[in-house]
Amino acid sequence: MLDGRAAVRRRINARLWLSGGWLALLAIVALLAPWLAPKDPLAQDLFAARLPPFWMAGAEPGFWLGTDSLGRDVLSRIMHGARIALAVALVAGIATCLIGSALGLVAGFMRGWADRIISRLVDIWMAFPPVLFAILLIAVLGTGLHSIIIAIVVIDWTRFCRVVRAEALNQSAMDYVASAKVAGRTRLSIMVREILPNVLPTIVALVTLEMGIAVIVEAILSFVNLSISTDAPTWGGMIAEGRISIHQAWWVLVFPLVTLFLTVLSFSQFGEGLKDHFDPVLR
Amino acid sequence: MSAFLEIEGLSAVLAGTGARLLRSVSLAVDTGEVRGLVGESGAGKSMIGKAVLGILPKAVRVAEGAIRLDGHDLLAMRPADRRRLIGSVAALIPQDPLTALNPSKRIGPQITDRLVDILGWGKADAQARALELLGEVHIEDPERVIGRYPHELSGGMRQRILIASAFAAEPRLIIADEPTTALDVTVQKQILKLIGEMQAHHGTALVFVTHDLGVVSKVCQSLSVLYAGKVVEDARVADFFAAPRHAYSRALLAATPKYTDPAASLQPVDPSVIEAVTAEVAVADREWIHGR
Amino acid sequence: MLSGSLSVLLLRIVLGRLATMAITLFGVAVIVFVVIRVVPGNPVAMMLPPGATEADIARLNALYGLDKSIPEQFVIWLGGVVQGDFGTSISTRQPVLDLVLGRLPATLELSIFALVLAVIIGGVMALTGTRFRGTRTEGAVDVANGVGLSVPDFLWGLVFILLFGVLWPIFHISGRISPALDLPFVTQFYVFESIVRLRFDLWWDLLTHMFMPALALAIPLAAIISQLLKQSLKETMHLDYVVLARTKGYGENRVIVGEALRNAVLPTLTLIGVQFTFLIGGTVIIERLFSYEGLGNMAIDAVINRDLPLIQGIVIVFALIFTVVNLIVDMLYAVLNPRLRHA
Repeated sequence: MLDGRAAVRRRINARLWLSGGWLALLAIVALLAPWLAPKDPLAQDLFAARLPPFWMAGAEPGFWLGTDSLGRDVLSRIMHGARIALAVALVAGIATCLIGSALGLVAGFMRGWADRIISRLVDIWMAFPPVLFAILLIAVLGTGLHSIIIAIVVIDWTRFCRVVRAEALNQSAMDYVASAKVAGRTRLSIMVREILPNVLPTIVALVTLEMGIAVIVEAILSFVNLSISTDAPTWGGMIAEGRISIHQAWWVLVFPLVTLFLTVLSFSQFGEGLKDHFDPVLR
Repeated sequence: MSAFLEIEGLSAVLAGTGARLLRSVSLAVDTGEVRGLVGESGAGKSMIGKAVLGILPKAVRVAEGAIRLDGHDLLAMRPADRRRLIGSVAALIPQDPLTALNPSKRIGPQITDRLVDILGWGKADAQARALELLGEVHIEDPERVIGRYPHELSGGMRQRILIASAFAAEPRLIIADEPTTALDVTVQKQILKLIGEMQAHHGTALVFVTHDLGVVSKVCQSLSVLYAGKVVEDARVADFFAAPRHAYSRALLAATPKYTDPAASLQPVDPSVIEAVTAEVAVADREWIHGR
Repeated sequence: MLSGSLSVLLLRIVLGRLATMAITLFGVAVIVFVVIRVVPGNPVAMMLPPGATEADIARLNALYGLDKSIPEQFVIWLGGVVQGDFGTSISTRQPVLDLVLGRLPATLELSIFALVLAVIIGGVMALTGTRFRGTRTEGAVDVANGVGLSVPDFLWGLVFILLFGVLWPIFHISGRISPALDLPFVTQFYVFESIVRLRFDLWWDLLTHMFMPALALAIPLAAIISQLLKQSLKETMHLDYVVLARTKGYGENRVIVGEALRNAVLPTLTLIGVQFTFLIGGTVIIERLFSYEGLGNMAIDAVINRDLPLIQGIVIVFALIFTVVNLIVDMLYAVLNPRLRHA
């Protein structure tokens, strides 16, 4: 039994290092993109259109991962795209978490009419197809980074709200909450000082998951041409372009897709790994 | 002629730690014999039954010894053959009737499933057999009961059904694993009486696992007393209650309430007896490790 | 099988849900209605040729009721909906209900096909993981579940396009059916109708179009089913009645399928309900990705064209499907759980 637990811990650690490593690499690239990127991500050169990646015949030096149909450097665009992706992930992830968790905490701990209203809102939100809702919101708010972030928060707060509400309900039923009440503490103090710390590990795992989802939502909106501007280097925009020229230049689709895939996978695995890492039963 | 069930030098260890749960257990059960397996909780008495039926937990491994059922060496058989043999000649009456019936299946099929699936009976014959068995275990209105789900019946009824199910294929050995422990006291007596009645009627060999010597005195012909996975005494019931040989047996007997004089005779087990028997087990362990 | 008490129970579930369903749908309607009317830019102006006068715009506005206040518009719209009139599409000038009903079957067929795939894939993985628990095989199932859960349908769709559309082109990557085929269909349920008509050539063509989008939608759900069901199965395998079944002579496979599976499915079932609505929500982008002519693809066009009545109609239909799916799952749970049935 003991060696079984050691194996589980090794697996958790491997997962944390691999996913954390990729995210750290991405963060460095995003921060230093203007210096690291070999080319200007916006520079078009129709004479250098659809150049293949470096190992294939016909490749041009300097364009490591080839160029798209307008002759823009794929590698440089991926690197600059990381800035937008990570900015959306961080801001939208944290904002969604704060709003959703606060509502969930209030609903789960206060109960009564607050819970009834919040739960009803969650029910209504769950009846919307999320992608359609996001597209609708962007149509209303106009394209741009702000709109994307607002749209993600408006759509996805329910994810935190549902989970945190359920956890808060569980915690509220426990004896330590009852004794805090007997001790005459205010409800706000109990909620923030007693319940919140116990719900925190769940929230942390959800936040990284949400960051991955935010990256995807941004990519989807770019894909349907509603993200920032058609020119800006976004992974979703690159994928949309690659989808069209897939038979002529597969690399325009493959490289941003692989990047997006690894990033989304890493966000969720990092969150799961963190949760297990802090899980007292497995430790 | 050799006994129907023979266990020889059976040792079981907990995988990983290597701790011994059964220490060279030997015992035999003849056709039609009722043998009690007595001991405190954790003494390994249920483990023996599980080893015979092939349902040891994954973490427990048989380290050495042999189990012979109807002349077949169980541990040497291919798993699929062993399962078939056990399913057709042996059966289990489990401890807790509340959890031992499948909640999503009707009663009838649960009594006769092995007849249909393993022994190839037809559905109509199986149903007739289920009704007959329900009658034998004194359940009223069997036609109604076979269509019921377990949660609609009381604990006592469910234990009767499990007994009927155990006897369904006319097994030659039944292992009753503390079959009355989970029941109300009033129901316990009825179930005990029923098991005795069914055993006598079918002439089945019965291994009765219990911590209650009082039950053994009423149901069994012979018994094995276990301490820490080791058989410390093997005797005829009459001889045992007249004059237990092992000090631990005597202490156990003294700690069992007598129906004639419940309160007066109760004696807690003397610590020195436990020390002595623990030392005995330790010696056996040393010999065992040395011998390997 | 439907005993009297069961129909009573199902009726009770339906009646109990009707009120909340109505409130939810009303809430959805209000939100959509308000949100899309905050849209800057006049949808009607886009339909007119350049050089149209203010008077032309005002006339069209009046025609679509857009000159009234938002609450007034809502009441008029709701009054129509109650009578089955969802208004007229601005961009195509056809009744919204006809447009929606014309596309809905394509989306339903895709979603149900995806659900079937998810149940098969998830079920097989859970059973395999349980059968070989504690071995490398179970480890592989766990890793597959982890990846399947982390990566959303949109990315799976792109991966499949690359793998099976380009690298090894065995499936179609766009559309619902090959345009060259002569279609005898009278309904929009093409897959269903091709079976009824015994036209298996058409059926196969539809399936090869649906396979990749359906698989992309199915993978996240399959991973959830696999994970939950395996966990539930492993817990069930320790229960007394399963152990008792082993003594009856049953082998491992029969014990898992015959004794444990049915009881392990129940806790998984309630969660599949919500997850299936997520799957249906995913059709919006997946249909776009594969140019599949369903409701979701039409919805994106409707948003881009600012076709307010059409957007409203589509969102309401999606919300209706979601609430009905949840209702069906509740009813299914009651049918499968003997404890509820005979309570």
